[in-house]
Amino acid sequence: MQNAFGEPQTILLLGGTSDIGLAIVGQLVSPTCRSIVLACRNPDAAKAHVDTLGSDGITVTAVAFDAEAYGTHAELIADVVAKVGDLDVVVMAFGVLGEQSDYDNDPVAAAKAVSINYTGSVSVGIAVAAQLRQQGHGRLVVLSSVAGERVRKTNFVYGSSKAGLDGFAQGLGDALEGTGAKVLIVRPGFVHSAMTHGMKAAPFATTPDKVGEAAVAGLRRGRRTVWAPGILRYVFILLRHVPGPIFRRLPLG
Amino acid sequence: MSKLPPLTRLTGWGRTAASGASLLPVSTANIARSADMAPQRGALVRGLGRSYGDAAQNGGGLVMRLAGSAGEAMLDEAKHEVTVGGGVSIDDLLRVLVPRGFFVPVTPGTRFVTIGGAIASDIHGKNHHGEGSFGHHVRRISLLLADGSTAELSPTQRSDLFWATIGGMGLTGVVLEATIHVWPIETSRCIVDTTRAHDLDHILTMMEEGDHRYRYAVAWIDLMAKGRHLGRSILSRGDHATADQLTGPALDAPRAYSPRILVSVPPIVPISVVNRLSIKVFNELWFRKAPLYRTAELQTIPQYFHPLDMVGSWNRLYGPAGFVQYQILVPFGEEDALRRVIERLASSGAASFVTVLKRFGAANPAPLSFPAPGWTLTLDIPASTGGLSTMLHQLDHVVLDAGGRHYMAKDSHTTPQAIKRGYPRLAEWQAIRNQADPNGRWQSDLGRRLGLIT
Repeated sequence: MQNAFGEPQTILLLGGTSDIGLAIVGQLVSPTCRSIVLACRNPDAAKAHVDTLGSDGITVTAVAFDAEAYGTHAELIADVVAKVGDLDVVVMAFGVLGEQSDYDNDPVAAAKAVSINYTGSVSVGIAVAAQLRQQGHGRLVVLSSVAGERVRKTNFVYGSSKAGLDGFAQGLGDALEGTGAKVLIVRPGFVHSAMTHGMKAAPFATTPDKVGEAAVAGLRRGRRTVWAPGILRYVFILLRHVPGPIFRRLPLG
Repeated sequence: MSKLPPLTRLTGWGRTAASGASLLPVSTANIARSADMAPQRGALVRGLGRSYGDAAQNGGGLVMRLAGSAGEAMLDEAKHEVTVGGGVSIDDLLRVLVPRGFFVPVTPGTRFVTIGGAIASDIHGKNHHGEGSFGHHVRRISLLLADGSTAELSPTQRSDLFWATIGGMGLTGVVLEATIHVWPIETSRCIVDTTRAHDLDHILTMMEEGDHRYRYAVAWIDLMAKGRHLGRSILSRGDHATADQLTGPALDAPRAYSPRILVSVPPIVPISVVNRLSIKVFNELWFRKAPLYRTAELQTIPQYFHPLDMVGSWNRLYGPAGFVQYQILVPFGEEDALRRVIERLASSGAASFVTVLKRFGAANPAPLSFPAPGWTLTLDIPASTGGLSTMLHQLDHVVLDAGGRHYMAKDSHTTPQAIKRGYPRLAEWQAIRNQADPNGRWQSDLGRRLGLIT
């Protein structure tokens, strides 16, 4: 159970090595917290984070999670619950970005990116939601992206997978209304992180810590969506309505 | 097996940390059958939802509301005892008792609590220093057990389960009926002495030296006052008025009792109207309104015992973020710790609308009963106050290091470790509870959050 301030006792991070995911988890750590589970493809890769997050009274474990192994997701959630009890906060932060130019010539790679970012999220998201509904409380934080808000020509495979994910998360949040469980959608802009290393930053670029702060503030206030930085909410109200001929010419990276 | 109702979102009085549960109205006749419908997340009975945190929530499980009518209460005027259903409120019970010349043994600051809730939280009131908590006055409990049977409990019959039920947060079973001791009263008025104290030393000394002369005593502290005014307070002490103390219109109807809700807060208050400024202004006015010294003022029962009840749903004033109540005990001899807590709260600027200080008397044998000889401090703070959670975790250390503890009926923030330290007899309680309920039929969010149940 989380306390009156939204401090969780248990946290599950799906995408256990994600910079943004770890920033959110790091900011959710308080004297209330007792268990953190980092789920990622290769649990050994999360070893350093297990050591950093662990402290007196907080047990951190890393478990194997393959976003594309849909058949394992329900079992994974059941295993985590058996280990730590109710899931107070689940952060869904896994995903791949990739280069649009590579996808243009590789339909299999493009489909795989969508399978991880979207289909994998739907699969594990459904498994998490079933658990949250059953326990009657809990928060699912979904890492969406402004890339899905109006999909651009320069990253439309990634952008479309995030557009699908965002729609899934909105519908799931509405479906959970009244159950005690809630979904928070986080829509960051360009984030300086391992995923974007070496890329040219887009306007209003931010950092994983800033996204973490926005997400945690959103959780505390019981929000359904947060943007990071907040100004992007208004930027995208405009961008969504820019006519196609102009939108195609905008230097949006 | 019939179908459970869909999930309903429930919170405590502080309106924080909601969870969804199947909410089912039940009566004493069908409660055993209803409880059998409980899913794996178990069942819990919820009274009037006045616990501040998650004590009356059971996320994913069954939450039952037990109906009760004070009209069926059986008053034994010779033995000074009333037998009443667990779902009956003190509000309803007082409407029956007062006109007949009796009063509940203990009342908290609101009359909107049920008898079952009063037992489960082992509530205390302004008379604790002399007359103990509610549990001291319970003669008998009819408890619905996990297996559907009913147990008769008293201080001499299955006394371990009796005392585990008192202060047991509803996790040993459901109080179907209880027989409690009641006080005879001559009138429905109270006679009250009020004194101002200019700082913390002054109020502590006054309470130490004078509380024993009064049946009821409590101090209100202005937590917005700092420096040399730190701890400035209004001490209010009194008793039930006797017939010959009445004056004026009260003489015509010495036992008249008609409590009213003067105004109600609407369901949607978009932002908190309780903030630093409004609290500071209120506290300043409240302090200045109090006389330096006034004796023998006649007040009604609602005025004296339940002033906040005059505003219906006042918890909504805190807006959607809700508020937390922090109530702790610091044993006698650890006044330095009490001072440190008050200083820290005052200097942090955490604005508390109502801060109350009370001296407790002797404890009772219940392993999870909160009151014990010492001071209890109670504050209401908006949950959105910046840095509040961190500060409360720090204050927890001061309180626990001094041998104190938290009142679970008010808690919505602390940790299992803090409860384990504050309640050294927790394991004893757990053993009794697990014997009475081996399969974990009775569960609550608070029980899970604070590690009472596993």
